[in-house]
Amino acid sequence: MSKQKIVVVGNGMVGHHFIDQLATNHGDDFQIVTFSEESRLAYDRVMLTSYYTGNSADDLALATPDAYDAQGVEYHINEQVTSLDRTNKEVITASGKKVSYDKLVLATGSFPFVPPVPGKDQPHIHVYRTLEDLDQIAQSAKSSKVGVVIGGGLLGLEAANAIKQLGLQTHVVEFAPRLMAVQLDQDGGDLLQRKIEDLGVAVHCEKNTKEIVKGESCRYRMNFADGSHLETDTIIFSAGIRPQDTLARESDITLGERGGIAINDQCLTSDEDIYAIGECALWDNKIYGLVAPGYTMAKAAVSHLTDGDKVFSGSDMSTKLKLLGVEVASIGDAHGNTPNSQSYSFVDSASGLYKKIVISEDGKVLLGAVLVGDSSDYGQWLQLALNKIELTHPPEYLLLPEMDGEAGAVGGGVDALPPAAQICSCYDVTKQSICDAVADGATDIGAIKSCTSAGTGCGGCVPLVTQVMNSELTKLGVSVDNSICRHFSYSRSELFDIIRVKEIRNFDQLLAECGTGDGCELCKPAAASMFASLWNDHVLDKDLVGLQDTNDNFLGNMQKDGTYSIVPRVPGGEITPDHLILIGEIAKEYNLYTKITGGQRIDLFGAQLNELPAIWKKLVDAGLETGHAYGKSLRTVKSCVGSTWCRYGVQDSTTMAIDIEKRYRGVRSPHKVKMAVSGCARECAEAQSKDFGVIATDNGWNLYVGGNGGMRPRHAELFASDIDDKTLVRYIDIILMFYIRTADRLQRTSVWMENLEGGLDYLKEVVIQDKLNINDELLSQMEHLVDTYQCEWKTTINDPQKLKRFSHFINSDKLDDNVIFTDVRGQIAPSDKYDLATEI
Amino acid sequence: MTTQQHSENNWVDICALSDIPPNSGVCADLNGEQVAIFHLKSSSSNQVKAVSNFDPFSRANILSRGLVTETDNNHFVASPLLKQQFCLTTGQCEQDDSMSITTYQVRLTGELVQLREA
Repeated sequence: MSKQKIVVVGNGMVGHHFIDQLATNHGDDFQIVTFSEESRLAYDRVMLTSYYTGNSADDLALATPDAYDAQGVEYHINEQVTSLDRTNKEVITASGKKVSYDKLVLATGSFPFVPPVPGKDQPHIHVYRTLEDLDQIAQSAKSSKVGVVIGGGLLGLEAANAIKQLGLQTHVVEFAPRLMAVQLDQDGGDLLQRKIEDLGVAVHCEKNTKEIVKGESCRYRMNFADGSHLETDTIIFSAGIRPQDTLARESDITLGERGGIAINDQCLTSDEDIYAIGECALWDNKIYGLVAPGYTMAKAAVSHLTDGDKVFSGSDMSTKLKLLGVEVASIGDAHGNTPNSQSYSFVDSASGLYKKIVISEDGKVLLGAVLVGDSSDYGQWLQLALNKIELTHPPEYLLLPEMDGEAGAVGGGVDALPPAAQICSCYDVTKQSICDAVADGATDIGAIKSCTSAGTGCGGCVPLVTQVMNSELTKLGVSVDNSICRHFSYSRSELFDIIRVKEIRNFDQLLAECGTGDGCELCKPAAASMFASLWNDHVLDKDLVGLQDTNDNFLGNMQKDGTYSIVPRVPGGEITPDHLILIGEIAKEYNLYTKITGGQRIDLFGAQLNELPAIWKKLVDAGLETGHAYGKSLRTVKSCVGSTWCRYGVQDSTTMAIDIEKRYRGVRSPHKVKMAVSGCARECAEAQSKDFGVIATDNGWNLYVGGNGGMRPRHAELFASDIDDKTLVRYIDIILMFYIRTADRLQRTSVWMENLEGGLDYLKEVVIQDKLNINDELLSQMEHLVDTYQCEWKTTINDPQKLKRFSHFINSDKLDDNVIFTDVRGQIAPSDKYDLATEI
Repeated sequence: MTTQQHSENNWVDICALSDIPPNSGVCADLNGEQVAIFHLKSSSSNQVKAVSNFDPFSRANILSRGLVTETDNNHFVASPLLKQQFCLTTGQCEQDDSMSITTYQVRLTGELVQLREA
């Protein structure tokens, strides 16, 4: 049977989701062709604003040419489909291309509604939908001081946030009496307005823009119907969206009265060979302007094409988001439109909290809710409402859970949720999928995320996912055992606290205090690392040396033939010619293989155990020190030349990198830590792939945390923007020490962040707001580590007792005759016999 | 540095016990053979164990530099390269039944560590 040809018009988030679902699961049965009128394939429009805070177009990309090529998807960008020929089943593009289809999918999305205000078609007046729009807004911002967003809805506030970040004096103008009129009631809207105004964004409600004329103090003046006016240099319209239904309209496909392509539960239009999905589609007379319902439509259409039985049956429009840093959420019937419903509200103007619940007439079911200022109840309340779970306590207890410790929980906990309950709305993950993942062996939140995708979108459901997971684990009889090994029934962070509080300084004491047996390959290096992180004694001290893993054990990286590699520290990658020459001379003298590392330093390979002290003596005498390439500790702080040399640099990234590297050198942590400092947004130091990444801005530094390269690449997350030198170091101090204190053994910061309940927001609360009240302690611990730094090799070469171990034989000066080198490209390499090792 | 070797009933002096940091190993040259000697120290006792220094997996002479581990009162050395564990009493590899390493007779005479020639 030949493949059915599917043409997808529009490559936005929903169109792409459709293609991805179809190609991934049924790729063999379909030939897929897609058209985009934009210059790039689908990208994450939900995260659009992050384009201004460090995410590039590539970061936001959802679809890539490579991925489509691999899936056999044919794609055309910059190619608008201009008409349909339903009789011959063809689409015709602006460039005259004709492409036939067996089935057509319209995923044309929506376009921003711009009210017919006189003066709207002038320069520096924009809409907010595509990356091109954002580029133009950024361009306008350069010649502007004041910016106005027309529209105080969800997207309008996003846009306000964006232009505020561009440094403009920001105003929001709203036609309705309150912000977010669709989601919030008047009290909620008022509180949101106050909070946003506190952040320096002016809000003008009940303003109807009559015309845009030339301004006096600014480029333009907006005249309002009530006679007042506002001056501004740039304007962004964000007054709602309209379905992009032109193609369907011109081809006589049935539309709704006010536009939108009418679809049934299978997402079919009035033409049985044409589907419509996403914001262009109208289901039950409703347009769904959120991405999650669009994804559900895409799945329904795929299901119908492949004889499945998934349908689209409407979607919950509950939302939770953070606008200009203010948490806002709306659930279900937020306005109390259900007949005879009752509402309760709680206002705490002092701390800026507003909560409202709408309850059924009989007082037993939560119908809707509004949250402003703190949306932590969202996940549980959403489940209560979606699953119509009967409340176990009087409704008012929901608002004031402190009155009864358990009332805030979902009617007796997550066990009350039905298996079909949707826990993650971004990826449509049900409770059942999470339970299945646990049954298949996923026992931590990181594993659940990678096998179900739950919690990897907005992250709001992570606490709930964790509760479901723990409850399942308990049911399966898996006691959540995070003991570090068979010798200690404690997790690493528990052991860390024991060592810290009881001031335990060696392994015998630790075993006596809380362990059994003699220790193993898991607990010994972990204990060594914790002792080092707390007390910073030399790792080769008599009591500690037996705990060290391979590389720490001889302060070098053991290679496959038992020889070592040597890496002197080159802070920030800055090195003098004299040091370069010295390193070269040493390599020549000891016949070492030399290679430049990824961390901007030089690695010398092939040194035998007994040669290490003499080599290090030469390095130390010349002022070089150990690079800790062997330690689970700070490796390097990579940098670019920054404003000193580079014509684009905005800060002195090299000096900052050197300062940071010197501060944290030698600090032992649960796993290795890499850092980088870039001197401008071009990011030549690749800071976003590091555990700690610093990128210069015009006003200071942006700090990113939790990035990783290597086996599991992960972009670091923006932790703080435009901070000064002192704040930067303070934040790194606290985060690094908090990581050292709470991570599992051999857990990189990336995985630690993923497993941290509450994620980035929680980390910010701990570090910036000192939520746990431990910052002073963490800072003083870091200060202790900085003050007690020693070059471990300098100490070693001056200590005869430590030097004794650096000999191949205890009873002879002979060398290991089993170390044999061959010549490769003019340098040494281990002889081929070692290749046998990899085959075993 | 060469410790004077003296032989009595084939026992050869290797080093002082204090030359081996507690719960770690050293490599001894026993007539051209490389022997890894480990000092097992607990609160109540000092023991020495000896096995071949050659790691059959990585084919390198490195076992003396491995980490000492314990399970159910048996002691092992973990290869510093690929981490396979070998029983310090029997030489048996924990991860692979078909692999084992030679063990050597070793004893403490006072503070002196001695190996027995074959």
